Amino acid sequence: MADSKLTRSNRTGWLMSLPGFTLVALFIIVPFFFAFGLSMTNQRLVSPNPTKYVGLENYRQMLDIALVTLQPERDASGTVIRDDEGTIQYPRLRRLSRSDPAFERYKGMREWFGWQSGESHKAVVVRDPLFWIALRNTLLFVLVVAPVQGGIALGLALLVNQKLRGINAFRTIYFMPVVVSIVVVSLLWRFIYDGNDGLLNNLLDTLSFGAIPGVDWLGNPSTALGAIMAMSIWQAVGFHMVIWLSGLQTISPTLYEAADIEGASKWQAFRYVTWPGLRNTAVLVIIVITMQAFALFAQIDVMTNGGPLDSTQSLVFQAVERGYGKQDISGGSVISVVLFVLVLAISLVQRWLTRDRQN
Amino acid sequence: MISHDNHGLRLAVRYAVLVLVAIIFVFPLLFMVMSSLKPDHQLLVDTGSLRAFLPVGDISFDNYAAAFQRAPISTFVINSVIVTGVTVMLSLAICSLSAFSFVFLRWSGRNLLLSILLATLIVPFETIAIPLLLLVSKLPWLGLDGLEQGWLNSYHVQILPFAADALTIFLFVQYFKDLPSELVEAARVEGASWFQIYLKIIMPLAGPVVATAAILRFLFMYNQYLWPLMVVQSDEYRPVMVGLQYFFQLDTPWGEVMAYLSLITIPVLGFYLMLQRAFIASIASTGVKG
Repeated sequence: MADSKLTRSNRTGWLMSLPGFTLVALFIIVPFFFAFGLSMTNQRLVSPNPTKYVGLENYRQMLDIALVTLQPERDASGTVIRDDEGTIQYPRLRRLSRSDPAFERYKGMREWFGWQSGESHKAVVVRDPLFWIALRNTLLFVLVVAPVQGGIALGLALLVNQKLRGINAFRTIYFMPVVVSIVVVSLLWRFIYDGNDGLLNNLLDTLSFGAIPGVDWLGNPSTALGAIMAMSIWQAVGFHMVIWLSGLQTISPTLYEAADIEGASKWQAFRYVTWPGLRNTAVLVIIVITMQAFALFAQIDVMTNGGPLDSTQSLVFQAVERGYGKQDISGGSVISVVLFVLVLAISLVQRWLTRDRQN
Repeated sequence: MISHDNHGLRLAVRYAVLVLVAIIFVFPLLFMVMSSLKPDHQLLVDTGSLRAFLPVGDISFDNYAAAFQRAPISTFVINSVIVTGVTVMLSLAICSLSAFSFVFLRWSGRNLLLSILLATLIVPFETIAIPLLLLVSKLPWLGLDGLEQGWLNSYHVQILPFAADALTIFLFVQYFKDLPSELVEAARVEGASWFQIYLKIIMPLAGPVVATAAILRFLFMYNQYLWPLMVVQSDEYRPVMVGLQYFFQLDTPWGEVMAYLSLITIPVLGFYLMLQRAFIASIASTGVKG
């Protein structure tokens, strides 16, 4: 629009945009910067003591990680001590960090995981194991859910993009779980996954004539996160199907006609017509899924509370557990900042990767 | 090329695939509703067969009655309706007005403000929830009993933080940009005020985007969980999703849980099935960003 006297109005312009802008500033921008500030204090939700600035101490507490090599215990003659089963004995890190100056830096840290390397034992030690477990689970969740959900969503989009009678009904059905709250879905699936009377176990039992033994899907550390992933994909995949679908419908039908005339197979038509036309959509779908996956919270809160054995801890769950549960606002803020940095980094990387490929 | 003799077979295969996939999406929801109608002893037996998805056996609304006994469900429903309804209305009014001024008016600072707003699109709510919790616990509020400190346990703590957001403003901006600017200029020549133009000329044309924004905001607000979980402790202001916690206890009969889940889900599903084209279109329109 031309910049004419008719449309220039500083006073009205500001007045009209101000309610919206003020609300966004107060409830999104201010807390966003607050997160950075609070993460460098010892702020609690309610506290009689004044808040103190502690610099990067909270980050040091949470992010501190190191690789430690433990030499085996030896007796006076220098032979390695083994127990009855022949397992090599190592000194406790806790004792070493108190007595040995070389290990003083690891005081208060605990082994997260470790492995054998020759005679010595390598251990990754961290100050805040719960944070690292939550970080690992969240990354795992994102790395599995983003490609799988994106892929299935594309498959569904291709499926409902066929020109068939009644196809709209199928579109409507596939999208249905999206409008159902993830909280409702989580509680429903707790019943489906139940180890005793769950629908899934009973169906598997019936279908296999009793050959498949029942699994306590959410009570078993090796299946709990996977079960939550599957359910999350089931709930949200219709959302991304719709985004793919709107991408598919921007591809000109004449391109397919041309491919048909050239005698292209279905796969070739997909590879050389459909897929190139979906590049922007692909970036969008992956970014949106990634951002949603990083926010993993309700499923955990309703289904497992982070258990069993911390196998389903997530970053947002930990942020809430600390910031709200333990009223440790600064601890929750550190996790929030870490989360934001991750989301930002990943969406920048994804943008960069896809931009590169276009050349 | 499709040869004619196996055309019918191919079509059958296509439909078979479509139906199989549909079963995966429908059956869990069907199971929820059917289970809500059955007594617990029957319910657990039924999970072993297709009866789990059928309204057979001892069908009644007893579970619903029991659920109402367990929790103040009517209060939760009223709270959800108030919070969701008011937020959607406020958000539509405030965001469309902002978008109007960004698109049709020329004023200094306009581009800067719009860029700042759009930058907030990459901030997930989960990353600001904790500092926001501290903020609202300190904010003053002028209530009926005078000045109070802290917003916790109220309707406004559930409404105001969501009364404006970048995505809704962005949707309106995109839509308004496609409207002919001559409409506005002509009205200005005739001496209409900006507010009149917004109300009488632009908003009557904004039906589609209003529907899109309303649906997105409605789904987001009605399904909110994390925020009300943290800021509302008393039943008096608790929405349905947080009221669900009454049904977390291990001794809760599954039939009752399913009754509550059905109760808070069926209205939304009904709403969706009536307006499914609009729902799907609004999700698709979030895909235009980026």
